Amino acid sequence: MKARYERNLNALSKEEQESLSGKRVCIAGCGGLGGYLLEYFLRIGIGHITVIDGDCFEESNLNRQLLSDESSIGSSKIQTAKARAAAVNSKITVTAVDSFLTEDNSEELLKGHDLVLDAVDSLAARRLIGRQCAKLGIPFVYGAIQGWYAQISLIMPGSSMLDLLCGHGTEPVEKSALSFTPAACAAFQASEAVKYLCGREDVLNGRILYVDLLHMETEILCVEL
Amino acid sequence: MIEVRLFATLREGRGKIFFLEGDKYSCGTDILKEFQIPEEEVSIFLINGFHSKTQDPVKDGDVLAVFPPVGGG
Repeated sequence: MKARYERNLNALSKEEQESLSGKRVCIAGCGGLGGYLLEYFLRIGIGHITVIDGDCFEESNLNRQLLSDESSIGSSKIQTAKARAAAVNSKITVTAVDSFLTEDNSEELLKGHDLVLDAVDSLAARRLIGRQCAKLGIPFVYGAIQGWYAQISLIMPGSSMLDLLCGHGTEPVEKSALSFTPAACAAFQASEAVKYLCGREDVLNGRILYVDLLHMETEILCVEL
Repeated sequence: MIEVRLFATLREGRGKIFFLEGDKYSCGTDILKEFQIPEEEVSIFLINGFHSKTQDPVKDGDVLAVFPPVGGG
């Protein structure tokens, strides 16, 4: 075991750590959530990471998107992610897709992964991920943020949880998010992902973790669909 | 009593948990009116943990959880 991962051990068994190197995850979106998810997965040692985003950084991203800085405004998010991945952990195989996820490309891009991470910023994109993951039989870890709040869930193929989470289908008008909200949401998503990939109890399967950073409250809602 | 639990931005200017007279309200819509929450601001509406419609009936002893849409990433 390389020194790189020695502080992962005990929290993870040697076998779990080694198994992560053979896992394939896809991060759909490389903004607020996606930047942190990439960082967490590179550092914990997930062997194959696909990152998908067709956007460029804007000034309004600077308050919360880890991969953005003043010099990267106007630059491709995916190219920045690729450079960050090479700098943090060059042993990880990173596939960087400089495109938005669409009806036409989503099946091709998502297939072959053990797990998909929802890091998109619209209900329409989440529904697309949900449909394709169900079709391909891949679970995905839902994450959504607004202001001080976050919601996380593990959605298994065939579950109707996403329909509940997307509600009436109305896109939220308010788009606020503070610097720490995506970091917190992504931390919960990443921990759920690692547990799932290691075969541990998937705590949020059929449940919603609600996080309120304003009142420092978390709550797991058991939902009957 | 009916326990009403508001989440995320719905708490702002209102509060978190309320206990209402159980016989004063016939459905979720009545409860939302009590809190001046427009229907379009509700994404998830749970009655006793069950995914429900706001038009569904409510009764004494129910626990309601009301969430707004959360969609950012």
